[in-house]
Amino acid sequence: MTIPHILSWIVFLPIVAMAVMALIPQRLGPAPVRWVSLLTTFVVFAFSVILTVNFYAIPAAERAAFIGLKGAQFPAGAMSFYEERARWIGEYNIWYHLGVDGLSVILVLLTGMLSFLAVFSAWGINKAVKGFHMMYMLLITGMMGTFVALDMFLFYVFWEVMLLPMYFLIGIWGGPRKEYAAIKFFLYTLAGSILMLAAIIIIYMKYHSFSIPELAANPPFRDNMALAHALWIGFFIAFAIKIPMFPFHTWLPDAHVEAPTAISVILAGVLLKMGGYGILRVNFPIFPDSTEYFIGVIAVFGVINVIYGAFCAMAQKDFKKLVAYSSVSHMGYVLLGMAALNGEGMNGAVFQMFNHGISSAMMFLIVGVLYDRAHHREIERFGGIGLQMPRYLTLAIVGFFASLGLPGLSGFISEIMVFLGAFKSQSTGLGPQAFGWVFSMKALTMISVLGIVLGAAYLLLAIQRVYLGKSKSEYANFPDLNRYEYASLVPLAVVSILLGVWPSLALNIFNGTMNSMLGIWSAGGRMAPALLPATSSIAGMQ
Amino acid sequence: MPLIASAILIISLPIAGFFMEGLFGNRLPRKGDWLATGIMGIVLGLSLWVFFQVFNVNSPDAGARGSAAWFSMAGDGAYLFAGLMIDNLTAMMLVVVSVVSFLVHLYSVGYMHGDPKYVRYYAGLQLFSAAMLGLVLSDNLLTLYISWEIMGFCSYLLIGHYFEKKSAADACLKAFMTTRVGDVLMFLGILIIFWRVGSLRYADIFAAVASGTLSGSWQVWAGLLLFGGAIGKSAQFPLHVWLPDAMEGPTPVSALIHAATMVAAGVYLMARMYLLLTPEVFLSMAYIGGFTAIFAATIGVVMDDIKKVLAYSTISQLGYMMLGLGVGGFVLTGYTAGVYHLTTHAFFKACLFLGSGSVIHALHTQSMSEMGGLRKKMPVTFVTFLIATLALTGMPPFSGYFTKDSIIASAIELGMRQPRHWALAGFAVLAAFFTAFYMFRLIFLTFFGQPRNHDAHRHAHESGWVMALPLIILALLSIYPIGGGHGNWFWSRNPAPAQESIINHYGPKSHNPSDMDTAPHAKQPDHDITTLRRMNNPKHETDGTQNDEHLAHAAHNAAVTVSLAVLALGIAFAWLTYIRRAIRAEDVARRFAVIHRILLNKYYIDEFYMAFVVRPFLKLSAFMGGFDKWIIDGLVNLTGILTRALGWLVGLHDRVVVDGAVNAVADSAMAAGRAASRLQTGRVSNYLMGILLGMVFLAGFAFWILGRTG
Repeated sequence: MTIPHILSWIVFLPIVAMAVMALIPQRLGPAPVRWVSLLTTFVVFAFSVILTVNFYAIPAAERAAFIGLKGAQFPAGAMSFYEERARWIGEYNIWYHLGVDGLSVILVLLTGMLSFLAVFSAWGINKAVKGFHMMYMLLITGMMGTFVALDMFLFYVFWEVMLLPMYFLIGIWGGPRKEYAAIKFFLYTLAGSILMLAAIIIIYMKYHSFSIPELAANPPFRDNMALAHALWIGFFIAFAIKIPMFPFHTWLPDAHVEAPTAISVILAGVLLKMGGYGILRVNFPIFPDSTEYFIGVIAVFGVINVIYGAFCAMAQKDFKKLVAYSSVSHMGYVLLGMAALNGEGMNGAVFQMFNHGISSAMMFLIVGVLYDRAHHREIERFGGIGLQMPRYLTLAIVGFFASLGLPGLSGFISEIMVFLGAFKSQSTGLGPQAFGWVFSMKALTMISVLGIVLGAAYLLLAIQRVYLGKSKSEYANFPDLNRYEYASLVPLAVVSILLGVWPSLALNIFNGTMNSMLGIWSAGGRMAPALLPATSSIAGMQ
Repeated sequence: MPLIASAILIISLPIAGFFMEGLFGNRLPRKGDWLATGIMGIVLGLSLWVFFQVFNVNSPDAGARGSAAWFSMAGDGAYLFAGLMIDNLTAMMLVVVSVVSFLVHLYSVGYMHGDPKYVRYYAGLQLFSAAMLGLVLSDNLLTLYISWEIMGFCSYLLIGHYFEKKSAADACLKAFMTTRVGDVLMFLGILIIFWRVGSLRYADIFAAVASGTLSGSWQVWAGLLLFGGAIGKSAQFPLHVWLPDAMEGPTPVSALIHAATMVAAGVYLMARMYLLLTPEVFLSMAYIGGFTAIFAATIGVVMDDIKKVLAYSTISQLGYMMLGLGVGGFVLTGYTAGVYHLTTHAFFKACLFLGSGSVIHALHTQSMSEMGGLRKKMPVTFVTFLIATLALTGMPPFSGYFTKDSIIASAIELGMRQPRHWALAGFAVLAAFFTAFYMFRLIFLTFFGQPRNHDAHRHAHESGWVMALPLIILALLSIYPIGGGHGNWFWSRNPAPAQESIINHYGPKSHNPSDMDTAPHAKQPDHDITTLRRMNNPKHETDGTQNDEHLAHAAHNAAVTVSLAVLALGIAFAWLTYIRRAIRAEDVARRFAVIHRILLNKYYIDEFYMAFVVRPFLKLSAFMGGFDKWIIDGLVNLTGILTRALGWLVGLHDRVVVDGAVNAVADSAMAAGRAASRLQTGRVSNYLMGILLGMVFLAGFAFWILGRTG
C-alpha cells in the first residue's frame, strides 16, 4: 500500500489532530480528546508501519543506500526513499525536504510505536487534558520531523519544535520540582542548539546549502581542518546533550523524575535517540575526517557513560532516577558502537538505540505503575510488591531483564554486537601515542563489559528491594495491572522477545544503510564525491 | 525421524511448555503440572532414542548437525549461525539432563503440592530444561552463551521462589551476581575468539586452532577466560560462594539445577572446548578443581543443614570433574574420567537431594540436629539415600567408584610422570577421605540413632509414589551395570569418544546462509585429534608406548588401593564418632576450636567478599552518585546562577538595552520561569493557540507546496 506524501502525513497529522482537539468543546469532557489522541497516534503508528513495510519491499540495493553518499541507489534520481522536496524559502536555498533511509525508518517506527503506547499511560492524566494532548501532538510532530528532515534548516526547526511542548509537558504536568526540571531541560538543549545553529550558519555562509544529502556528498571545509573540527564539535555537543553524554547528562534525571510517566517514556524512548541519530546523520557523513579524528573521544565517553551511569544508578534511592541513570549507561553502548566504525559496532549502536527505546519505555511504565499506586518512588520504602501484584511482577521482570541484556530479549543482541564490533575494531581509540594501550579499543571494550555486571547489580538490587521480601501492609490493597497498563506494557514485552529471537526483523531495515555509510572510511579515506542530481542544479534553483 | 528433527523437538517442546504454563497455567486442570511433566517425559524418550542412535556408534555417520543463518551483524552477508549438533558428548548430556529433569518434574508434583506459586515454578522448570538442553545441543558458543545466561535467569527465579523470605531474596541475587562475574570473563573469551576466528561455531574455532589462526597468548587467554565462566557456573573456588546459599530454593530445584545439570554446565563447557585449551589452562583447571575438591569437602564436615552438606559436596565433586579434565590435558584417561564423573554424579547427587527433600518434607526441618532414627520410618528414602551415598563416596560396585577412582588414578599418573604435580593426587585422595566422612556423618545423624526431635519424628512418614519413584530410579542408576563403569558399554569402548567425535564429524565449513542441511559433514577427519592435542600441548606425555600403558596400570592400582583405604577410614571415623560415640565430636571441636570456627564460617570467604568487594563497590557507587549530584550537576547549576547573576548585573548597568548571548540566556531562563509559574492560571491556552496557529500555517504551507510541486 502506498500513501502519497506519507512522510508529510506522519509529520503533520498530529497537527491536524491538534486543530481538531482545539475545536472539541470543553463541555464534552476529556474523553473525546483522549480518543482523538489515541486515534491519531494509532494512525501515525500505522503509517510508520506501512512506511517500514514499503521500505522492506524495495530491492536490497536501494534499501542499503545512505542518504547523500555515492552509490546511493534511490529510485529515479531521488536523494532518498520517499522523498518529498519543495522550495520553501527560495532566497536562502531552504527547502522543505523530507526523506528516509534505513536509519530514519527504524527510528520513525520506534517513535510511532512508543507515542501510540504512551497514550494509554497518559489516559489517567486529568489535569488540563486538552492542553496535554495538544502539546503531545506537537511533540510527535517535532520528533518525527527531526527524523525525516533532510534540510538542515528544517531539521533545526523540528528540533526546536520538539523542545517547546516538552518544556510545557514537564513544566505543567510534572512532579514537585517540575519548573526547575523543565527550565533545566529547555536551557540545556537550547545551549546545544545554539552551537548547532552556529555551525549550520557557518556552513551555509560558505556553501549556500542547507541540504544534508548535498553536504554529505561534498563534505564541507576539507581544506580547513581546524574549522571542520570546530563545527564537528559544535554539532556533537548539541547531540551529546541529547544522548545524554557525560558530563552533559544531569538534565536527564531531573527531567525524567519530574515528567509524567507517558512523557518519561517518550523522553527516554525517543528523545535520547535524536542525539544518536543526529551524530549519525550529520557528524559522521558530513565531517568524515573529523569523525575519524575524534573517534577515540567518542569511544572513551561511551565507556564513561556505561560505567559512570551504572555506578550512579546504583547509588539512587529514587526508583525513577535509577531508571534514568540506567539510560545514561545504556546510551553509552550506542557511543561505543559508533566509535567502532565497523559493521558490527555501527549496526549494534543503531539496534541498541531501538532496543533501549523498548526497554527504557518498559522500565518507566513499570515505575509509573507503582507510582500511581504508592505516590512515592523511594526504593527502600517498597518491598513485597511481587507477592501483592504477581502479574505486574512478571512483566516487571521481563522489563528489568530486557534492560540488563538477558539473552532471548532484544537488548542482548545489540549489546553483544556493540561489544564484538568494538573489540575487533580497527579504530585507534585515543591513539597509541597518547595514553598507550589503556585507551585502545580493546581495553575500552574490556572496561565497558564490566557494565554487564554493574547493570545486573543495580537492577537486581532494585528488584530485590521493591518486589521481593515480605509484603507490607501499606501496599496490601494495591490492585494488579489494569487494562491500560497491560495495553502499554504487553506489546513492548512482545517486541522485546520477538526481536531477541528474530533480530533480523529489525536489523535488515538498517544494516545495509549503515554499511553504506561505513564505506566512507573503509576505502581508507573519503570516497570521491557523488554527483547527485540535485548537486548540479543548485545554481538553477537559486 | 532424522536426528536433527528430534533435536529441534527436544528444545522446542519445553519452550512451548514454558509458554503454555506461563500464559495459561492457572486455567489448566491441576495447574498444568501433568503437561510439564508429560513434555519432559516425551523429551526423555526422544533423548534416549537419540542416545541409542549416536552413542559410541563407531561410524562417521553417527551424530548430526544442522545450522541456519540467524542474523547478520555487519549486514555484509557474514551471518551468525544458530545451530544444533549431536555427538557422543551431547547424546550423553541429553540423557543426563532429561532423566533428571523428568524425575524432578515428577517429584515436584508431590513436593510442591499446594504451593501458591505452583504455576510459576513449573514454568521456570520448563524454561530451565529448554535452556539446558539447548546448551548441550548448541554447535556454537553464541547459542551456548545464550542458553547459559537463560539458565542463570531460571536459577535466579527458582532460588528466589520463596522470595518473601529475606534469605531467599538475598540468595537469588547473590547467585546471579556471582555467576555473572564469571560470565563476563567468559564473554571476554568469546570476544577474543570472535575477533581471531570471525565465527563462534565450534568447528570453525577448532579449525582456526588447527590452522594457527588462533594461537599463542590469545589462545591461552581465550581458554582461561572461558574457564572463568566455568568457575562461576560450576561453583569453583573462588566463585563458589553462591551455591550453598542457592539451597534457599525448593529442594527439587537444588537437585536439578544446583546439583545435576546447571552447575555441571561449566564442566561441560570445558569438555566441549577441549581442543582449544592449552597446558596453562589445563593446569589451572587441575589445580583450581583439585583445590576446590578438598576445600569444599572440609567445610562439608561441619555443616548442620542437610542441604548445605550436600551443596558443599556438590562443589567438591565439581572440583573433581574439573581436576579430571585438567589432568586430561596430560593423561589421556583424565578427560573421560571427568566427563563420566559428571554423568554418574548427576544421578547420585540428584538422588541425594531428592532424598533429603523427602526427609525435609516429612520433618519440616533442614537441620540434622533435629533428625535421627529415620531409617525405619522412611525405608525407601533410607535405602536409596544409602545407595547414592555409597556411589558418591566411591564404594565399588557403585557408579561413583569407577569415575572418581579414575580421576584419582589420572592424577596419580600425572604425579608419576611429573613429580612436581603430586599435590593434585594429594588433593584428590584427601578429599575422598573427607567425602566419606561427611556423607556417613550425614547418614548416621539422619537415619540412625535416636530421634532428636520426637514431635517431628512422630509425624514423619514415607513420601508418596511420585516422590519415591524418582528416588528408586535414580538409585538404580547409581549402581554399576546401569550407571556406568569400566568395561560396560555405557562407559565406552573408546577412550576419548566425545572429543574425537567433534573433530571427526564436524570439520570446518564455509559460511553459507542457506545452509540448513541435516546430513553429517566432512566424513573424513579434517584434523587428527592427536596432532591437534600435541600441537596445543607440546608436553603431552601420552604417546601410546608400552611405557605408557605400564604407568597407567600402576597408577590405577595405586588409586584403587588408596581410595578404598581412605573410604574405609572415613566411614570408620564417622562410625566411631556418630554411632559408637568413641570420639566425641564436641571434644574434637573444642580441641581444635580455631579450625572449627574457620570451617563453620566457611573460611570467612563471604566476609572477605563483603568487606573487600561488595562494600567498596557500594561505597564507590555512593561516591559517584554524590559526585554526580554535587559536582557535575553543581557545575550546571552554578553556570545557571552565574549566568543569571551576570544578566542581573548587565541589566543593572543598562536596563534598556538587552542584548548579548549571555544575557539572553539568563533572560529566557527567567522568562521561562515566570511563564511556567503562570502556566496554571489558564494562560496555557493562549500559548497553545499561538503555537497551533503557527503550526497549522506551517502544515498548510507544506501541503500547499507539495501539491504545487507534485
